[in-house]
Amino acid sequence: MTPKSTSIKMSTWIKNQAYRYTGKLLLRHEIPLNDKTLNYLIKEKIFESTPSFKNKIIIKQCLRCGNTKHSLLGEIPCLNCQRTHLYCRKCIEMGRVMECERLYRWIGKAPSWKVHDNPCTWEGELTKPQQQASSRIVESINKEGEELLVWAVCGAGKTEMLFQGITTALKQGKRICLATPRADVVRELKPRFQQAFANVSVQALYGGSQDKDATAQLILATTHQLLRFKEAFDVMIIDEIDAFPYHADPSLPFATSRAKNPVCTTIYLTATPRKKQQSLITRKKLPHIFFPIRYHGHPLPVPQMKMSLSLKKDFQNNQPPTPFITWVNKRQNSHRQLLIFVPSISLAEQITKSIRRILLEEKIIEKNSAIDFVHAEDQYREEKVKQFRNKELKVIITTTILERGVTFPSVDVVILDAGHDVFDQAALVQIAGRAGRSADDPTGEVVFFHDGKTEAMIQAISAIKKMNLRGGVGG
Amino acid sequence: MICLWCDKEIVIETTWSNLFIPSEKHHLCADCKGELETLSGKRCVRCSRVTNEKVCADCKDWLNKSNDPLTYNYSVYAYNDRMQEMIARWKYRGDYILGKAFQQVIITSFKQQFKQMKNYAVVPIPLSEERLKERGFNQSDMLAKFITPHPKRLLTRIHGEKQSKKTRKERMTANNPFELIESLNKPVILVDDIYTTGATLRFAAAKLKQSGCPEVFGYTLIRG
Repeated sequence: MTPKSTSIKMSTWIKNQAYRYTGKLLLRHEIPLNDKTLNYLIKEKIFESTPSFKNKIIIKQCLRCGNTKHSLLGEIPCLNCQRTHLYCRKCIEMGRVMECERLYRWIGKAPSWKVHDNPCTWEGELTKPQQQASSRIVESINKEGEELLVWAVCGAGKTEMLFQGITTALKQGKRICLATPRADVVRELKPRFQQAFANVSVQALYGGSQDKDATAQLILATTHQLLRFKEAFDVMIIDEIDAFPYHADPSLPFATSRAKNPVCTTIYLTATPRKKQQSLITRKKLPHIFFPIRYHGHPLPVPQMKMSLSLKKDFQNNQPPTPFITWVNKRQNSHRQLLIFVPSISLAEQITKSIRRILLEEKIIEKNSAIDFVHAEDQYREEKVKQFRNKELKVIITTTILERGVTFPSVDVVILDAGHDVFDQAALVQIAGRAGRSADDPTGEVVFFHDGKTEAMIQAISAIKKMNLRGGVGG
Repeated sequence: MICLWCDKEIVIETTWSNLFIPSEKHHLCADCKGELETLSGKRCVRCSRVTNEKVCADCKDWLNKSNDPLTYNYSVYAYNDRMQEMIARWKYRGDYILGKAFQQVIITSFKQQFKQMKNYAVVPIPLSEERLKERGFNQSDMLAKFITPHPKRLLTRIHGEKQSKKTRKERMTANNPFELIESLNKPVILVDDIYTTGATLRFAAAKLKQSGCPEVFGYTLIRG
């Protein structure tokens, strides 16, 4: 082989690698290249390595996740470097960051992402108000560095409103990321985006996903996965900014803002903005659009509250509260599936049996297998959610993991112990928003069973009523 | 103090006994401690398995098959869901300081169980060099150091598939992965994180006995 052909081969190889590594911030073991190659690429200024920790007397920080919390920075007597040094406990689920190892980043020529002529294969139509919001999103994407908050009720059709904006970005050869706090949502969005952009590479990143190399132009990811990116995206869409853990975990906003290019457009989506964003809106620091009606034009179902003083006692006996049994027997539409939220995994486990027995006795379900429970650590979680979606399950008992992002067409929604701390205002609004999603069955019952009203419950109901009023569909 | 597992503040109630004498250092909060299951009740005298039999079926097998090199094994905890999560984070993810959560229990149980013994050596089960490089620390060594400041590192291990990835049969029929660095002529207490089939401990025990160790015991955090 002549030296010239070797160098051509080399340069195509580097070009291919650029797609894989540009915009990433990786640990050594996440780069499947041998030491010799990597050292060569560093010497040629194609890769750069940076320290993984800031370790000053006053401030110690993991430079991958931004964690500075003392209790989450461990010290390990490392047998590799024979020194006792820091490691990060905060982001350890994504692979351990050790002080004696460095972080690696591609600084060679960035690849040019494909300019698509006509990427959108979605054939649906937007309603008039949806179209207005959609145009506003397109406008933001055309401006560099712009931020926009889209405040839309649950079931407004947020995903569809994004399609035109994403189309615009793809036509300009931009790289796009849609990040959301929940893996279930990522899994649900992937087929919808693949359908809507059939000729564009779409990858979904979440713990345990197949698309490990993250080379796609359109990335759907959990916010945790953004810890592996730096200056990667031209458009960043963050779904559910009010959701746990995004609003509670400082490393997620840290990672999100690092994953953006300096000229990146940021679109925030939320149904229930938190105080921080509300105050930014009122002070006119954050441009926003407000979208108070669902795509089918019907009002949001307003939750009913039902008190049961013996709730905690019933739970101790692994029984659902009596008003629940009464309610279940005279629901308006007994064909609807039933989505039951409970505050903890252990309660979900324990109460399923007795609810199953009651529903069988009342002939609401016909067989044992028509009811199941699911929680975050459930290894069959994906499967069970799928079964519920396919109506193989008539009733599902869940912790807050199905609180948002997931759409089931015709359900009644129940919260057992709605006064529990895990159900804050945002969570309650989201949960209520699971009902009445489809145009064929635009209403649905939402019932909060509680043993004492909480501020969160009252606020949630008043927020829902307010949105119905602003949308001109409720009274 | 902050709980090593859930990262919440540990609240200790002041009582007359800890008002003047500081109580032992807490690494886990009461809730997380409660999730762990300490083995109790009737157990197999040879392997610590919870059973009504004096010697369980597996241990009878070991006795029949050969001259069982292990006198007995003593374990502290059951391998329940929370323990599996803790081991996954401590050992496989490499969250080193999480191991401190077991410090108190390892020390007190050891004193109770082996109080009669004198002039013994504490030997941790080694990791292969490759595995050590990957993890940066040896979990058995960490446990052994809770008991004695200078555990005797008598063995080395040849690299192979992780024990946890092997089936029972594969573990039984595998070759002895250990090699002796130096021989020792006194009773040995082998320390490991988990006793599953007992194959690992017996391989190590066999090597030690061949070189003149009079008796070998096992002390493990978990009975899997």
